[in-house]
Amino acid sequence: MLSFILKRVGQSILVLLITGLVAFSMFTFVGDPIDNMLGQERTMEDVERLREQLGLDQPFVVQYYRFLEQAVQGNFGVSYRQGRPVAEILLERAPATLELAAVSGVLAIAFGIALGVFTAIRRNGIAANVIMSASLIGVSLPTFLIGILLIYLFSVELGWLPSFGRGETVDLGGWTTGFLTVSGLKALILPSITLGLYQMTLIMRLVRSEMLEVLRQDYVRFAKARGLSDRVINFRHALKNTMVPVITVIGLQLGSIIAFAIITETVFQWPGVGLLFINAIQFVDIPVMAAYLMLISVMFVGINLLVDILYAFIDPRLRVAA
Amino acid sequence: MTRFFDSDIFYAFRTSPVAVVSATVTVLMVLAAVFAPLIAPTNPFDPSSLNLMNGFTPPMEPNAFTGDSFLLGTDDQGRDVFSTILYGMRISLFVGVAAVLFAMVLGIFLGLLSGYVGGWTETIIMRAADVQLTFPSILVAMLIFGVAKGVTPVEYRDQMAIWVLILAIGLSDWVQFARVVRGATLVEKSKDYVAAARMIGRSPLTIMVRHILPNVLSPVLVIATISLALAIIAEATLSFLGVGAPPTQPSLGTLIRIGQGFLFSGEWWILFFPACTLLALALAVNLLGDWLRDALNPRLR
Repeated sequence: MLSFILKRVGQSILVLLITGLVAFSMFTFVGDPIDNMLGQERTMEDVERLREQLGLDQPFVVQYYRFLEQAVQGNFGVSYRQGRPVAEILLERAPATLELAAVSGVLAIAFGIALGVFTAIRRNGIAANVIMSASLIGVSLPTFLIGILLIYLFSVELGWLPSFGRGETVDLGGWTTGFLTVSGLKALILPSITLGLYQMTLIMRLVRSEMLEVLRQDYVRFAKARGLSDRVINFRHALKNTMVPVITVIGLQLGSIIAFAIITETVFQWPGVGLLFINAIQFVDIPVMAAYLMLISVMFVGINLLVDILYAFIDPRLRVAA
Repeated sequence: MTRFFDSDIFYAFRTSPVAVVSATVTVLMVLAAVFAPLIAPTNPFDPSSLNLMNGFTPPMEPNAFTGDSFLLGTDDQGRDVFSTILYGMRISLFVGVAAVLFAMVLGIFLGLLSGYVGGWTETIIMRAADVQLTFPSILVAMLIFGVAKGVTPVEYRDQMAIWVLILAIGLSDWVQFARVVRGATLVEKSKDYVAAARMIGRSPLTIMVRHILPNVLSPVLVIATISLALAIIAEATLSFLGVGAPPTQPSLGTLIRIGQGFLFSGEWWILFFPACTLLALALAVNLLGDWLRDALNPRLR
């Protein structure tokens, strides 16, 4: 078990080192930092001195090591566009993205499981068939079109909900939250539905197929023979046993929610990390791009590692196979 | 040709209404995109054919100043929405098809190589594939687009955007192909005809390309069709986010991005028609891919 964990941790670190290398080489590929810092009027001595001062005369490996050293401490340099430390900007933007992701995650899980169970139990009913067909369309509808559709319905036509921004926020010691004001909560509704819809359909379809599988098992038939009520069978026996694969998928989808937040945040002009990243690409703001890349890869690699290790605890066969 | 019309595949196609409808829609849209310059009433990128007075003409209504009428209306600069959609579809389809072809060639090459050669080559390629799979492909495409944009000199950025887009989407999508081709190659490798080819002294490259490749192509075809739908959506998403096709060469995604700006002022048609076109295109290709997957799957026959 220990060797399995060590092996997986080692692989994860290797992946992070490689993404770090990608992030670092963006700096070296895209322009010379000396050009960015010194103006037109400069002497060769100035250039040499600055090069030495910044350590740019060192071998690539040494420079990369220094980059990693700084990155681990959360220092990604200064944004080319805003002139402020990247870490500061990211921290300022993080609450918006995390709140949005949390709300849409909860929505996706709650509605996904409920609808999944419903469509499995009433699999020949009209309502269940309508939901299943709607989910098919939902899967092929691009996220940004869902967002625009919601804006058109609820902001333009009905005028019920705001179409952009976070509304009023309250500052709780560096963490700005939209949960405490009415306008903040109203602003959350459309973006979180947009972001959560795809994950919801995914969870729903998974729960449905797992439920259908479990309901065919002998122990369910036996429970029925014992005269247990449908509700006890469906929820106490069947649903419980569908949860292992569902939890895995939820875990893996957690990272996707943060990544897909980029699209939702752009549609709703939500001032989060994703919008920051898109703006960074548009203006070729390398430090911000590199920091976002590192942040998101730490997150994805971490989640994958956790899921793998949890799986090894649950299923001993995997320990030998890996 | 008669052999094709008598084949199982064509029979399965003829008897499936979903397949016939989605194939018809796809073919019609591809034709419309290819012949866009002939079909489109105006060339939206020729400033001399535009009249600013025609701006914001609603669909099927004569303009208040000039009396011109447009099938799907016009945008703020008086461009005919129908024409911009045709030209936009051209770019969307071109980027989608080129990106899938690129991903396909790269994936087939790397998949054949890792399956046939094995050893270190295989380990490196497949580990790289695993790592890439942990990230959503749209994120990978965004990052590649960002880096490539940074590398190209400022004055070429708009011109190169389309090619950068193809590169980004293609590189984000090769893993699927490589995995399937590697799996199929591992099976084919152990068969007698490969041993025979090796025995008569054919080079590994010839064996890979001439003997193994034709036998692993049918799953590749299915993945390519499904990938095409995904690539079209990925392109539209990137362009919509402003990190794809530039406004000078608008794809359907760029048109939707432009149209979103007029949602509040009531000019719904600038957004609505490109969005419907994108949806129809993606849905048709998607359904076609689903059908093809089931039709080529021997277990479902």
